[in-house]
Amino acid sequence: MLGKLTLSAIPLDVPILVGTFSGVVIVALAVLGAITYFGKWGYLWREWLTSVDHKRLGIMYIVLALVMLFRGFADAIMMRSQLALAYNGNPGYLPPHHYDQIFSAHGTIMIFFMAMAFMTGLLNVIVPLQIGARDVAFPFLNSLSFWMTTISAVLINVSLFIGEFAQCGWLVYPPLSEQQFSPGVGVDYYIWAVQLAGVGTLLTGVNFFVTIVKMRAPGMGWMQMPVFTWTAFVTVVLIMAVFPVLTVTLGELALDRYLGMHFFTNDGGGSVQLYLSLIWTWGHPEVYILVLPAFGVFSEITQTFSRKPLFGYRVMVYATLAIGVLSFIVWAHHFFTMGAGPNVNAFFGVATMIIAVPTGVKIFNWLFTMYKGRIQFNGMMYWVMGFMITFSIGGMTGVMLAMPAADFVLHNSLFLIAHFHNVIIGGVYFGYVAGLNFWWPKVLGFKMNEAWGKRAFWCWFVGFYLAFVPLYIAGFEGMTRRMNHYDNADWHVQMQIAALGAAVIAVGVVCQLMQIYVSIRDRNLPESRDFTGDPWNARTLEWSMSSPPPAYNFAILPDIHGIDTFHTEKQLGRRSYEARFSPRSTCRKTRLPVSLSVPSASYSALQRSGTSGGLQHSPLPACSRQSSCAASTMMWIIMSRSAKSNATRPIMSAH
Amino acid sequence: MSQASTHQHEGESHGSFASYIIGFVIAAILTVAAFAIVEMHLMSPGMTFGVISALAVVQIFVHLIYFLHMNSSSSQSWNNTAFAFAVICVLIIIGGTIFIIHDVSMNMMSR
Amino acid sequence: MANISATPHGTAHGIDDHEHHHTNNVFGFWIYLMTDCLLFGTLFATFAVMRTQFAGGPTGKELFDLNGVGLETALLLLSSITFGFGMLSAYARKQGAMLLWLAITFLLGLGFLVLELKEFAHLIHEGAGPDRSAFLSAFFTLVATHGLHVTCGLVWIAVIMIQSFSSQVFSTRYMDKLQCLSLFWHFLDIVWICVFTFVYLLSVI
Repeated sequence: MLGKLTLSAIPLDVPILVGTFSGVVIVALAVLGAITYFGKWGYLWREWLTSVDHKRLGIMYIVLALVMLFRGFADAIMMRSQLALAYNGNPGYLPPHHYDQIFSAHGTIMIFFMAMAFMTGLLNVIVPLQIGARDVAFPFLNSLSFWMTTISAVLINVSLFIGEFAQCGWLVYPPLSEQQFSPGVGVDYYIWAVQLAGVGTLLTGVNFFVTIVKMRAPGMGWMQMPVFTWTAFVTVVLIMAVFPVLTVTLGELALDRYLGMHFFTNDGGGSVQLYLSLIWTWGHPEVYILVLPAFGVFSEITQTFSRKPLFGYRVMVYATLAIGVLSFIVWAHHFFTMGAGPNVNAFFGVATMIIAVPTGVKIFNWLFTMYKGRIQFNGMMYWVMGFMITFSIGGMTGVMLAMPAADFVLHNSLFLIAHFHNVIIGGVYFGYVAGLNFWWPKVLGFKMNEAWGKRAFWCWFVGFYLAFVPLYIAGFEGMTRRMNHYDNADWHVQMQIAALGAAVIAVGVVCQLMQIYVSIRDRNLPESRDFTGDPWNARTLEWSMSSPPPAYNFAILPDIHGIDTFHTEKQLGRRSYEARFSPRSTCRKTRLPVSLSVPSASYSALQRSGTSGGLQHSPLPACSRQSSCAASTMMWIIMSRSAKSNATRPIMSAH
Repeated sequence: MSQASTHQHEGESHGSFASYIIGFVIAAILTVAAFAIVEMHLMSPGMTFGVISALAVVQIFVHLIYFLHMNSSSSQSWNNTAFAFAVICVLIIIGGTIFIIHDVSMNMMSR
Repeated sequence: MANISATPHGTAHGIDDHEHHHTNNVFGFWIYLMTDCLLFGTLFATFAVMRTQFAGGPTGKELFDLNGVGLETALLLLSSITFGFGMLSAYARKQGAMLLWLAITFLLGLGFLVLELKEFAHLIHEGAGPDRSAFLSAFFTLVATHGLHVTCGLVWIAVIMIQSFSSQVFSTRYMDKLQCLSLFWHFLDIVWICVFTFVYLLSVI
């Protein structure tokens, strides 16, 4: 009944795994015990585990991502230390079959369960708030997606302790991953876990697509959408376009393994090349799925802390769309050496190089946003600037790799490893962490600690270069990826420096943990509490409400008339978040909450005519006409007078 | 066309008895034509491929219009956009895969 | 000229939300179908590559019986319009007629499925199962994925027929479900057009 599951499936002979497993069990017992001790099971179940609130789900996604970050980072430390040791006859401490599992697990976990979960978490928390929606289009489906992702994350981690992990890289290339060469359960775990997570992500994509298309606040046209929402939109379109391909590809691999079919086998007419082509049809857009929301985060942060509107908003949107389209026709650059002729390689090589153009446009847009801005050099801007430097270098090495002729030298070398870590750490990870710092006060009601954040940044930034520049060099010197031990003295120096870099990054990770701990500890200090709902003096709609936002987000759906309506009106001194969105009193007749609002219609009317007359957009609802709500009517009179005096002021020029 | 006689509801057309019948008749003719061309060997293989592909495309549009009630009304613009996008993606995936794998096979003389 | 708009939370916008909700369900399902379309697209891409990978085994020309395929096509095509008539009955709020048309659709779909399974059984019996060659792997996977969708459609038809006996019949929610099912069923028909053209007919040219 248990199939391959016997006691021998538990690797009691590997001390590292036994130690880790015991550690995990102890921590898990401690957490469960603590929950029981404090009597929080009911709270946890009602308020979190069964929640369909997009903000709660977003937080849970990010928690999952952080846990998976530590999990994947532990793999990275093991790989770097193994390679620093395993030189010239020294076998290191990781035997090849264990080492193979570690690099496979590192890639799988970091992409599917760290980066994807983090990205989905940010989307969940922010997109509905930015577009003025009360939730996503299908809240239950959203919860389902989250639990599919979580269960598959658990499944992939269980495989290390019960059974084994796949040993054929993070994309389980056949024929190595076929039954013939991988008879163990590792690839099966991989297939089931990634399929489940993939379908969950696909459903998230459908959900957010419908949300962004159909549930934007009244008046928010496409070109009034915040940049982060734009990048989120392109990301979900890419998710919908390519995740079905992943499902089919892994499904076919599963059929090969379970039913003896011949899609990717060596015999029976199977085609290994087809697997490569299909998996990268998904895999290349996947990296843009990850990085585009990070670009959105950088845009939001740069414009907020440069105190200027984003330079070239439209160009930014078109660049995002161009990247989205181009990312779909470049996948063959992952296998230039597979044997295709010059036609294929030239086409995909050139297409790949073209992507550098819209990406470069974005870099310049951020630079021009900062140019002559009043930049606040806080932790978030550190991450942004670290990103711009690091990502530009990663982009340039990417253009090098895009040349098929150069790729024949560099393919599967450590140069490639350094390149994609350069763009994924420098682009994706820096972006998500910056986003975490930026939106933390919105979600939780208090700011993150600056000092620990900056320490974390410097450790990550310096550690990154220490860890990966040596890999570029070792790659040029001919060292290939996925190598367990080696004899070349030149590489040894590089590997030692890289291990040092990994250690510095480890300090960075500890600093981030400290940052989270210190921030929570000091949450009630006046300088960290956010009473305004708008701690950064930011531009987009999510800052117009209290921090944390109420469960229903918007008591009154906001009226949008232009990019950064919230900021524009704030500059006119028109209103505070409470006056606009939070229920202030309850109508005595109807027992329903009443909000006082200064709709942005007034501002656009101002722009049009320069005279008063903004009432036509928002007739007073029945409730305020009643005598019991006389107070709000009074309020209206007062506010409309002050608005008239505002009308004589010059309208802000920054826009 | 019978489309004119369809009653409208929230801008979406539901079709009518007549429109379903018309759609069915056109679809049936197209299907029979495709089968007949192949079974009776009326044309060269290359030509047959072109013709039955064209018939399939036409039939897909017949189904979309008469059975799925796609139209150009503004309420459907996002449905149509999504469909067009999906079709483009499918063509890229199929075309790109064939392009790459065919080229590999030729170059490596594996077939 | 700022003004105050005091909206009783949950009334005016509550109705709005309901309207959104209604259209979002069908629209969301359509978007899901588009991703399904890509799923089939990938399967077709696989088949296109594997089309000549017989590995010394039987070819499509030797295996496929166009009469059977024609019959399957006829059943599916008929089921499309019978479903359409069911939808028209539902819009006219005629429960009996709707149930009748849905039942006919169900039987036609079941007939299609039986024919397909018989074809599969015949092929496997002849030693031309999915593990024989890459061509047959791709063929079985593509056609069976369509068949699996038809099976889901049949279960869904049965469920929606049972649901019509509740007092909620012809509510907005019920009509939403019916519309989604209608999209699903007609979508499967479109996929089948591609299957019989590019899999069966193309293989026997």
